[in-house]
This record gives sequence, C-alpha cells and structure tokens, in this order.
Amino acid sequence: MQEPLIRLQDVSKSFDGDIVLDELNLEIKENEFVTLLGPSGCGKTTTLRIIGGFTKPDAGHVYFDGKDITNLPPNKRQLNTVFQKYALFPHMNIEENIAFGLNIKRKSKEYIRDKVRYALKLVNLDGYETREVTSLSGGQQQRIAIARAIVNEPRVLLLDEPLGALDLKLRQDMQYELIRLKNELGITFIYVTHDQEEALTMSDRIVVMNQGYIQQMGTPENIYNEPENAFVADFIGDSNIIDGLMIEDRLVQICGVKIPCVDSGFGCNKPVDVVIRPEDVELSTDTSKGFLTGRVTSLIFKGVHYEMEVIAGGFEWLVQSTLCYPVDSEVGISVKPENIQIMNKPESADEKAVTPDA
Amino acid sequence: MKKIAQFGYLAAIFIFLYAPIAALIILSFNESKYMSSWGGFSLKWYESMLNSDLIMSALQNTLYIAIISSVVATIIGTAACMGINHMKKLPRTIVMGLTNVPMLNADIVTGISLMLCFLAFGITLSMQTVILAHITFNIPYVILSVMPRIKQLEPSTFEAAMDLGASRSYAFVKVVLPDIMPGILSGFLLAFTMSLDDFIITHFTKGAGINTISTLVYAELRKGIKPNLYALSTVLFVSVLILLIIMNLPKREKKVKTVNNKENYT
Repeated sequence: MQEPLIRLQDVSKSFDGDIVLDELNLEIKENEFVTLLGPSGCGKTTTLRIIGGFTKPDAGHVYFDGKDITNLPPNKRQLNTVFQKYALFPHMNIEENIAFGLNIKRKSKEYIRDKVRYALKLVNLDGYETREVTSLSGGQQQRIAIARAIVNEPRVLLLDEPLGALDLKLRQDMQYELIRLKNELGITFIYVTHDQEEALTMSDRIVVMNQGYIQQMGTPENIYNEPENAFVADFIGDSNIIDGLMIEDRLVQICGVKIPCVDSGFGCNKPVDVVIRPEDVELSTDTSKGFLTGRVTSLIFKGVHYEMEVIAGGFEWLVQSTLCYPVDSEVGISVKPENIQIMNKPESADEKAVTPDA
Repeated sequence: MKKIAQFGYLAAIFIFLYAPIAALIILSFNESKYMSSWGGFSLKWYESMLNSDLIMSALQNTLYIAIISSVVATIIGTAACMGINHMKKLPRTIVMGLTNVPMLNADIVTGISLMLCFLAFGITLSMQTVILAHITFNIPYVILSVMPRIKQLEPSTFEAAMDLGASRSYAFVKVVLPDIMPGILSGFLLAFTMSLDDFIITHFTKGAGINTISTLVYAELRKGIKPNLYALSTVLFVSVLILLIIMNLPKREKKVKTVNNKENYT
C-alpha cells in the first residue's frame, strides 16, 4: 500500500479551553481531492491551518511524505494555501503578487516571467500582469490567489472556503475550474467548505466533521447513499430519519410496519435509526400499493421536482417527486429495500461524535 | 440674500481665524521698525533673522529635536501598535485608553511632571532631556495614526507571505509595512509638527542656554519685540502649513482611488 502523502496522527487542539480537535487521525494520499466538510466550528479550518503550519497542535503529529513536520514553520513546507479572503497584496500588481514566492526562491527573471504567464493562462486571465489588485472582481481575485499559489509548484494545495465570498453562478463556474486545474496539475487538493453541494461535486473523498471529530470518510456517493450516522445523513442533503427496530437481518420495523431492507449484522430486535432520502420515497394514489397510508399536508414546487410533506404512521415524511399529489389527498407510501439505510443509534453523547474510523 | 448671509458668515469666521496671522505676515515685510506705521515693503527683517546667530541656532535646535524625536517616536509607536493589536480585548482597551491620556493632558502638567521626573532621577536638563520629552509626548500621536491602518490590515496577507516561503521579517517588510506606510508617514509628520511648535513642554525640560524657536520668541518678547521675530514666526507658520498640506495630500489621493474602484466594479 502506498504511503500517504499527509498523515495527521492523534492531533488535538483547543482554544481557550474549548476543544476544537480531539485526537484526529487523517490520511491523505498523493493526487487526491479531499474535502473537509462540516458546519462552522467543526474544526475543519483548524485542521487545514495545522496542515499549513499556521496553527500548532497541542498534541499529535503531522507527517508529510513520511517526515514529521509538526514544528516546521509554513515557509518551510511544500504546500501552498488559497485563503478565504484571497489575501492578495494590495500594493503590488498582479505580476508582482504571483511572482512573490518565486522571487523568494531567487528564480531567474525569464523563468519568473514564463511561470507568471503560464499561471495566468491556467486561471484564464492572460494579459492581466500589470493590472492592480483592486481593479479586479472577487472571482478574478480568487483566480489570482490560486495562480499565486500554484506557480510555486506545491505538492499540496490547501483551499480554505475559497468560493465562500462569490455569488452562486460564479461559484459553480469556479467549481468546474478547480476540477480542471486539479486534473491538469496533478497535485493534491485539500479543500475546506461547509457547502455540501460543493463537496459532492468536486471531491474524490469527503471527510465529514463535527465537533472536532471525523464523522465519516468516503467517496461522495458513499457519503450520500450510505451515511453512517444521523449527523451525516442530516448534513448531506435532506433526509427522513425515523426511529426503527431491527427485527432480524434484512427486516426492519418502522411506524409499526415490518418492511424488507438490504442491511444485516445489526442483531435482533435492536433499536436503529432508519434513513430514507426524500427522493426515494415513492407515492401512489392507490393506497393499497404502499406499506403505509398517509395524507399530503403541504406541496411546494421547487423547479426540478415537487416537495411534499406527508403525515403517515405518526411521522412527517419529506417527499420529493416529479409527480404532483395535491394537498389532502390520500397516498400510499413505499420505499425500495435498497433505498433504506439502517444506522446504529448513538448510545451516548460521546459516541455521537466518535470517529467511525475504520 | 441667504447666499450673501452664508458667505458673510464664512468670511467672518476666516477673518477671525486668519486676520492676526495676516497682520503678523504683513508686519514682517514692513520697512519701519514700528507696528503703527508702514514704511514700505522690505525683506530686511528676514535678512536680520538669517544673520542672527541666536535665531539660527534656535532654528537648528528645533529641527534637530523635531527630526530625532519624531523618528524615534514613529519607530516606538509603530512597534507598540503591532503589540497592542495582538493583545486580547480587555488589555487592549486599557492600553489604548492609557495612551490617549497624555494627549488630553494639559501640556503644562506633562511639562512639569517630566521636569520633576528628570530631576528626581538626577538627570541634568539639557538638549537630551528635551528630545526625551518630545519622544514621550509624540508616541501617542503616532499610535493614534498608525493603529487604524493596522486594524484595516488583512491578517491573512502576512500568513499568505509566509505560506509563499517568506520569513517573518521578509513578510513584515514586504507585505505588512507597505500596507501601513501611509499611517506611519502621517504619524511621523504629525509628531514632527507637534514637536516643531511645542513651547510649554520644551520650556520646562530644556537645559540652560538651549533655545528652540518658540522658547526664543518667548525670551525675546520680554526684552521687547524685534520685527525679525515676526519674520521668524512667519517662516514657522508657513512651514507648519506646508506640513499640514503634505499630511492631507495622501488622503485626497486615496479618495480618488476608491472612486476609481467603484467604476471598475460596475
């Protein structure tokens, strides 16, 4: 197995007595696009700053390419950061900004000029060398910040919510740009965001974090389709989380009805959380078709689909469907067995946040 | 009618403010020795001023004190700002409050207490004590004008420089310093002006035989006014005026810049 490029080992950090990271373990492979995803205050930015060298962990080690870099200052690390607020140098023009790192490395004038031109081409801003920073829009400034980081040929690019300040359309364009850049450069990207859509679109692997713990790691499909706990299910997309009872392997009871599922290994008669995505709930006007009968209480048109709330079996179901069922109509509810996701109930508050790191 | 009233009011204010100075300037060009009679235009008092060793040495002292004290105060004040900026909220508020007190304090209190302080430590009053005193009262002015700049500073630019391979000192000189330079410059000019026209504090802390322009004017006044002092006062007024204009120039430039930015964004 390939040695990971970056390895965090038992990293802990607290600020003024508040624990932000608690014995975090994380491995990042060469050439991966890894996203640290979580709500604000979950420790994702702190993790990035520890990798970048701006924050020293209270305990634990950071390894880069097998070497311990825990105490190495940022200017000695082979990685570059794109900051949330761009952090361009306002008194320098674009060329001087991008050449900043190369000048420190005492590269030749021709080398620097070629590199700057190449980097500007890469971010689609050819010919902007002599422009002033303040004359650029937010999206352009962000591209310059990326160009400034990549001319140094880092092995890892750290991105701290780089699209946070941009509007929706620009954000989507930049997501494609970032994916293209990553493929062209072939370097490792570590990306921090609280936007689940961004994470799902761009990442090879998503690390969902909450309260300083890693909740789940996996591919976007894996995280979306098989959330390991209620936090992940709730944070990534909408979901119905229902109390259930695992009767036996491949049979679960929700809302008083036994329905087949595909999960096993939870034991017999064990309380579980059942996650069903709103787009996986199938409604029909024929009430005999489903395992539950309910009544539609609200209906909203969302563009791509209708969003409905259905009261059935004492639970308010969130349903997304391209078909419209009017308010107050009686509907049958059914779910395909493979769309039912079973999760262990957290047994204590501590376990709620514990790393399912396997 | 309203327009005339508005203009008249404004004119009155400016007359009250500037008439005395205008009188002084006019009299400095008066051929006659007496205030009451106009003897024709002449530069002879300026010539007499330039030929007076007393005045020239006082001018030299004044500039020497102003330059040394404002440079030292600028360095200390800027360093203090960096420190204050990294403090936690409560100590920062306390320290900022404490730096403001000497500015509001009456000059005479500052002057006398500095004098007592020097004497208590057995330091003979001399040129050095004046410089020390001027550095002391200039530091708050530097802090006052540098601090807002430092607060505006994007903290991540320093980190970005480090990230790109810069050492701490290189990052400070290349990235942080140029950003706060306008504040440092205006702090320096403010300190320079304050030192240039200070009388009370200088009066209490100077050693015997040392005069700055303002203390010389005061000393000469007691003996009877010579018109070459009008010339000196005029020179002093004009130099302070020029400094004030220089100090206000960058601000106007900045406004023009922000207008440009707006145009570019739309």
